[in-house]
Amino acid sequence: MIAIRSGAKSSSVGRGIKRPSTPYLLLIPGLAWLAVFFVYPLINLASTSVQTPAASGEIGAYVQSFRFANYLDAISGSKEQFMRSIFYAVLATIIALAIAYPLAYAIAFKSGKWKNLLLVLVVAPFFTSFLLRTIAWKQILGDQGPVVTVLRTLHLLGPQAGLTASAFAVVTGMTYNFLPFMTLPLYASLERIDPRVLEASGDLYANAITTFRRVTLPLSMPGVVAGTLLTFIPAAGDYINASLLGNPKTRMIGNVIESRFFEIVDYPTAAALSFILMAAILILVTIYVRRSGTEELV
Amino acid sequence: MKRWISKNLLRIYAFFAFVYLFIPIAYTMAFSFNDAGKSNLTWRGFTLKNWQNPCGAPEVCSALGNSLKIGFLATAVATILGTMIAFALGRHRFRGRSTVNLLIFLPMATPEIVLGASLLAMFLNLGINPGFWPTVIAHVMFCISFVVVTVKARIASLDPKLEEAAMDLYADEFATFRRVTLPLVAPGIFGAALLAFSLSFDDFIITNFNSGTLTTFPKFIYVASARGIPAQANVIGSSMFILALVIVLAGQLVKTRKSR
Repeated sequence: MIAIRSGAKSSSVGRGIKRPSTPYLLLIPGLAWLAVFFVYPLINLASTSVQTPAASGEIGAYVQSFRFANYLDAISGSKEQFMRSIFYAVLATIIALAIAYPLAYAIAFKSGKWKNLLLVLVVAPFFTSFLLRTIAWKQILGDQGPVVTVLRTLHLLGPQAGLTASAFAVVTGMTYNFLPFMTLPLYASLERIDPRVLEASGDLYANAITTFRRVTLPLSMPGVVAGTLLTFIPAAGDYINASLLGNPKTRMIGNVIESRFFEIVDYPTAAALSFILMAAILILVTIYVRRSGTEELV
Repeated sequence: MKRWISKNLLRIYAFFAFVYLFIPIAYTMAFSFNDAGKSNLTWRGFTLKNWQNPCGAPEVCSALGNSLKIGFLATAVATILGTMIAFALGRHRFRGRSTVNLLIFLPMATPEIVLGASLLAMFLNLGINPGFWPTVIAHVMFCISFVVVTVKARIASLDPKLEEAAMDLYADEFATFRRVTLPLVAPGIFGAALLAFSLSFDDFIITNFNSGTLTTFPKFIYVASARGIPAQANVIGSSMFILALVIVLAGQLVKTRKSR
């Protein structure tokens, strides 16, 4: 996905392959799977999103119609959660970028023989369950946890005030959980930079800041774009952090979709919300990718 | 001192970033040794009993078993299907390549909740009850793209001259593939399988939508979190962490040995 050069560009490769049907035979099983279990469900969801409740009034029974007003109802019913999801996701993405960029830079240029080990350490959090780590944050930030105790002793936090069940905790959890998604593409693009290019910049009397701003940062832009997308997209649709670390006032759009599906059994609204979320993400991502000028991404 | 700090500022920053990454893991591990009762929220003293009896808490091991079964099945299918697509993209020229690339990219760019919700809506419409097989199907679906991307990168990094050399030495297409291409791509396939397994094993959102009453390990933790997670879940989480780290580090070791 991230600027991976396809090997087929070198024309000499195809020399030994005579049957033009081979690539299609290789593609069919996997693409059929995606067609049936990814594309078709989306089409099906689109048709669900314009259904209306059945006349019988039975819970969970819907008939096919073309009620596009479902989308308007869905938006007006959860505008707040939508804006919050985008806001939290943008915030988590920016913080993750601020943490991950220097980290990736240090691994790429300053780690010497420890490079591979440090890279393993970056992905190591993935090896413990995502939920266990999120719940660990709940305890770390909890009222009996070390952070609150320290802050209370320093009188930075009142005796009744806490950190969990707050927007702060939700964004902390999201930043943490998606940090490796940010770090890896950043590292990949920084590592490709030839150190001699940076030396050349220094030889031409650019100071460290100018070198970074004019050379390193532009060269690492593909990594910045890939990392921010890989963080932003799952963060915008996430509801685990909000339900484990948040309170009713930090509900995100994912929470709404989930409860529409399982608690209220309102499939059309859930489906409409899913599409609005997808559309919002696609629009934001398109604008962002156009703006940052790296379209080799997809 | 001041100069040392400014010289090593980046390293210090990186050190603290790693501390941040590892705090919750250290916490999870520490609390696997907690002499906890029903809820594992506060430290009550050191014990080994959770490690001696990891299945001590009700349901925790059956949930783990389900996750492992789903993980292995989904990994096997997704790795085969994804590797085939990667070979088609990396080693063949055909029409519709950009459509295929888009179809591979889209599932990775779709929020998990939309993937999960759309599959569930389809299963419900078709009268299929969510459960074990719908979950496996869903996991294969979201793992395929990651396998394709990983294996394709490996294929792209190969020198096509090696295959040409094999053909020049009168190896036919099949022999070239089996004796030259496949062994060279194998590390990529292995890496992709590891990635697929870890994605499947750790998935909660899509699983939650499609598994019905079946309990997987992440689902067990989520449900248990309301009334307190048994320390045995920390034991299993810590073991998986150590196991995965050992596998990856062993792989790194083999790689450096070979390259010498």
